Amino acid sequence: MKIAVASGKGGTGKTFVATNLFNVLSMRGDNVTLVDCDAEAPDDLLFFTAERISESEVTHQVPVINKDACTWCSRCSNWCNYNAIFYVPTAKVIEVIENLCHGCGACSFACNSGAITEKPVVLGTVNIYRTGRGYPLVEARMRVNEMSPVRVIKAAIKEAGEDGMVVLDSPPGTSCPFIQTVDRADYVLLVTEPTPFGLSDLRQSVETLKTMNKQCGVIINRADIGDSGVKNYLSEEQIPLLGVINYDPAIARSYSEGRLITDKNDKMAGFFAGLADKIISEHGTGSN
Amino acid sequence: MELAVISGKGGTGKSSVTAAFATLGEKLVVADCDVDAANLYLLFNPEHETEQVYIGGHKAVVDHTLCTVCGICESYCRFDAITEEEGKIVISETSCDGCFFCSRICPMDAITMVRSDKSRMYSGSFRNGMMVYGRLAPGEENSGKLVSMVRDEAKRVAAEKGMKTILIDGPPGIGCPVISTVTGVDRIVIVTEPTMSGLADLKRVHDVARKFTSEVGVIINKSDLNEAMADRIEGWCAAQGSTLLGRLPFDRRVTDAMVAGRSVVEMHPDAEISKAINKIWNNLMANGKEQVI
Repeated sequence: MKIAVASGKGGTGKTFVATNLFNVLSMRGDNVTLVDCDAEAPDDLLFFTAERISESEVTHQVPVINKDACTWCSRCSNWCNYNAIFYVPTAKVIEVIENLCHGCGACSFACNSGAITEKPVVLGTVNIYRTGRGYPLVEARMRVNEMSPVRVIKAAIKEAGEDGMVVLDSPPGTSCPFIQTVDRADYVLLVTEPTPFGLSDLRQSVETLKTMNKQCGVIINRADIGDSGVKNYLSEEQIPLLGVINYDPAIARSYSEGRLITDKNDKMAGFFAGLADKIISEHGTGSN
Repeated sequence: MELAVISGKGGTGKSSVTAAFATLGEKLVVADCDVDAANLYLLFNPEHETEQVYIGGHKAVVDHTLCTVCGICESYCRFDAITEEEGKIVISETSCDGCFFCSRICPMDAITMVRSDKSRMYSGSFRNGMMVYGRLAPGEENSGKLVSMVRDEAKRVAAEKGMKTILIDGPPGIGCPVISTVTGVDRIVIVTEPTMSGLADLKRVHDVARKFTSEVGVIINKSDLNEAMADRIEGWCAAQGSTLLGRLPFDRRVTDAMVAGRSVVEMHPDAEISKAINKIWNNLMANGKEQVI
């Protein structure tokens, strides 16, 4: 079963929940894998002592144009929907703007004169680690200055496989990177904070998940700093509230130092174990 | 002047800091470019003067009455968006990148490309100037293009109203919407927090920011949550030659103000955090590079 931990708003505690959930499940010996899908800002690894097992590059195919073979027919630039081929036939200029290319392959198919070949361009890496407790942590890491983490996220989730419990730490927001992550999940755990900003972004996430027919439950983090808007919304929408975590400077401190609260604090470990049990008892451990 | 506030890591307090900057006095244009989690309108309640439809990216749609399930589209799609299920071609809306390739090579012309028109861009006045913001409809993609549209509108509004400063609230991360946010701006302010994740994400977003301007400054928010970590971040900034604009203390009144629909400088102008924000802003506007703590 894949559980995505997501939020809409950034900084509500996704990584905190995902890493601790993974940690309690591995402490009790469940078959569990953590996937850090926040490829633009991957931080899960900071919380574990882990050994790297493998690193693989995620690439896409970008065109290479042989100007000598080009007949200036303009088909490649017409077929490119990303304005990635800079084409000025009168000046005999044709160039690929690699940053704009999405690697769809349309141009090389369109070319009738064999002037286009392709080369791989690295978008990021998928790194597999084994944590101190012996469980896999798969990290999606987009290269700095790339535009989209989507292919790297997809590759990381694929790498995690289908066995046992897979915890996906989602990127923030509700557009492509979030959608790619939750699309693969059997259940979505939304972490929010009880503020007007938190509520507005929670709404956006819930509406997005509805269009995707995904089931979700909510955790309210730093629950004592804010107002009652989120709770009212959850009862109106009949969305299950799975847990409430009050602000605790000790939690904030351990997080800031890259430590897992569930390693030291039995009460918090119990909270996360209970959370996992609740989700498993209602949704099983199998995949849809 | 266009000034963008970004963060790398989400939830460091970008929008709260932006809201405070926007309500210090100078009339300005605020552009909320965090289009898939736009929040500032909640504090500013802008009176909408214009509403524009944002046409999002394309999605491939198959007409099953024409499709012969030949599988050519499936074999050429590089986004794993096309599968054959129970003798039918199925195109995943979430995986489709909108490249048009399948629609061009389908021998039956059974695939058309459609665009969504559910996203919106608004502009209007708020109590301290003008505000432009985009709202991406749930499940919509291509937020980078909407970011560009919001910034273009903000420039138009600024010229029309004679306002000199455009303050941009950016999205988290380092990908396409962030790059759209910082391309061509005059100054970039990165808001971070004193955590291991805050520093790791700061390093990545700083790399991106420096590609666009040398005028990059860093604010450490909630710095008293871990002073040692804040010191480490400050040292890192110095080593990079980036300005530490200031440290802000953790203060629950920032959230209280948000709940009341105000910024912290409006609700508690005498609070330590408000004074620090004021000082940072004055330095930014004076284009000063001195350190403020």
